[in-house]
Amino acid sequence: MLGTRRTFIRTAGAAGVGIAAFGAPAIAQAAPRIVVVGGGFGGATAARYLRLANPKLDVTLVERDDRFVTCPFSNYVLGGFRKLDDNVQTFDALKSKHGVKVVKGEATAIDTTARSVTLGDGSKLAYDKLVVSPGIDLNFKAVPGYDETAAERMPHAWKAGAQTLLLRRQLEAMPDGGTFIVCAPDNPFRCPPGPYERISVVAWYLKNNKPKSKILVFDAKDAFSKQGLFQAAWESEYPGMITWVAGKDGGKVESVDAAELSVKAGFGTEKGAVVNFIPPQTAGRIAIAAGLAEANGWCAVDPTTFASRKAANVHVIGDAAIAGAMPKSGSSANTQAKVVAAAIVAGLEGKEAMPPALFNVCYSLVSPDYGISVTNVFAATADKGIVPVPNSGGVSVGKPTSMGERKLEAEYTAAWYQAIVADSWG
Amino acid sequence: MKRVASMAIVMALPWAAPALAQSPLAIVQTCYVCHGPDARGAAPIAPLAGLPKDHLARQMADFKADRRPGTIMNRIAKSYTDEQIGLIAETLAAMK
Ligand SMILES: Cc1cc2nc3c(=O)[nH]c(=O)nc-3n(C[C@H](O)[C@H](O)[C@H](O)COP(=O)(O)OP(=O)(O)OC[C@H]3O[C@@H](n4cnc5c(N)ncnc54)[C@H](O)[C@@H]3O)c2cc1C
Ligand code: HEC
Repeated sequence: MLGTRRTFIRTAGAAGVGIAAFGAPAIAQAAPRIVVVGGGFGGATAARYLRLANPKLDVTLVERDDRFVTCPFSNYVLGGFRKLDDNVQTFDALKSKHGVKVVKGEATAIDTTARSVTLGDGSKLAYDKLVVSPGIDLNFKAVPGYDETAAERMPHAWKAGAQTLLLRRQLEAMPDGGTFIVCAPDNPFRCPPGPYERISVVAWYLKNNKPKSKILVFDAKDAFSKQGLFQAAWESEYPGMITWVAGKDGGKVESVDAAELSVKAGFGTEKGAVVNFIPPQTAGRIAIAAGLAEANGWCAVDPTTFASRKAANVHVIGDAAIAGAMPKSGSSANTQAKVVAAAIVAGLEGKEAMPPALFNVCYSLVSPDYGISVTNVFAATADKGIVPVPNSGGVSVGKPTSMGERKLEAEYTAAWYQAIVADSWG
Repeated sequence: MKRVASMAIVMALPWAAPALAQSPLAIVQTCYVCHGPDARGAAPIAPLAGLPKDHLARQMADFKADRRPGTIMNRIAKSYTDEQIGLIAETLAAMK
């Protein structure tokens, strides 16, 4: 059982008051206090695995919302074959099954010297170790014309929730023969295959409901994740519907006019019936406010432990972190959280962290029965950073065999979702 | 699972040659995003926990050598050395 430290420690007033300095043997004295900021894929998994590894740890998860709506599978809401409610994850099991203390609130500041997190109500949470997994924030200053108000006319739908439902309503209201414009950002951004999965499943919806419609894609990049597989599928499943304009061909958006639903790029100025603008992104703003980010807006970490390069006793995981070859995905965040949990537990026991086991898979649906994937196991070393294990991993087979890979991978996409949400919030 | 963790099986990573070795349990935990927490299965993806060690090792070796076809396991199994596969199989077999 836990000692007296089980009582939730919230020090109001002066930062850091009452925080005992602690070294390796601290574990014998009182339950070390771990605070996790963010209850998404990274944060929930970190909290869960910390408690699984050592039930004596005092783990507090800070999350601004009552529940978490997953971005994974939100594209299928846009495609009209899933309800957003089915993407809702709660923190009930983290609390009742795993003994994680879940605090609803906005982390507004982090004092990495005094080791405390300030919440929106002014209260402070003291920590011995901090895990920061705030995901992304959208950069509403990067492209002229695209700010928070414009996002009500041209949804980004890059955080699942009201934006997803808004974009879905717009697609439902779009007349047959309309043009759906998607603007995809430059690297790095959350979910590299995400825009192209979205284009695919919206094409599926349009093909079945508004077959005269077109999709025009303005891309800031010249190449994208699973490109060969996506483009082959667009040709076979949705011939003539999708036009992709690469950055080098004028795809990079220069400005938007939300009132006119128009997008200006080197390629020309185009008006859409519905416009989905996915802006450039940065680490969640709390990471930046806490001084954990580089000038580029993302957080540099030790590739083997995800320890912040900027502050001691802090780990940054998930989309916010710069993780070498790992994409910003829920799968990546989940695996990084396990690495951090193991590193924190080892550190508290005065042991060196073992080399990390890092993995990613990104499944995408092209239609409800057509799945593709990219996967890699990664090796991480202090000198080379995070790199894929050579001669392995990669994308689905280019030419399906009699086994029916596309149909099977659509089924495994659903299995992956069940598995990862149970492994993160269950 | 906890018992497995404390068994502290160590292994070498040939591509990185680090001072310390990866924990086999840490590798096995990466399987959970598809095979479910504690590898108890996420239908139609099979459970792995508690299966015979030899069976698990053979499946992984067959995926790795493309003797057994699959949608994704071939790509994953090729990431592991034969030694790692043995330790993964041993760890999973010891799980309930
Ligand atoms: C359309 C789309 C489809 C996707 N599909 C997939 C997919 O199929 N597979 C996949 O692996 N990934 C997918 N992703 C990517 C995945 O959603 C992210 O990579 C993942 O959510 C990152 O996890 P995280 O923990 O870094 O951030 P998040 O999961 O976003 O969690 C961050 C949490 O922190 C909270 N938070 C932030 N700041 C504060 C604060 N100051 N105080 C309190 N709480 C705070 C937020 O409310 C949020 O709950 C997709 C993304 C999109 C947009
Ligand atoms: C990305 C999802 C995914 C991950 C991660 C994953 N698997 Fe699998 N696994 C599958 C799928 C899908 C199958 C079915 C075969 C196929 O299509 O490749 C499978 C099949 C298997 C089988 C054969 C099961 C049987 O009884 O027929 C074994 C053994 C296995 N996996 C082991 C592992 C191990 C060990 C790991 C972790 C190192 C792992 N898998 C990680 C998706 C995954």
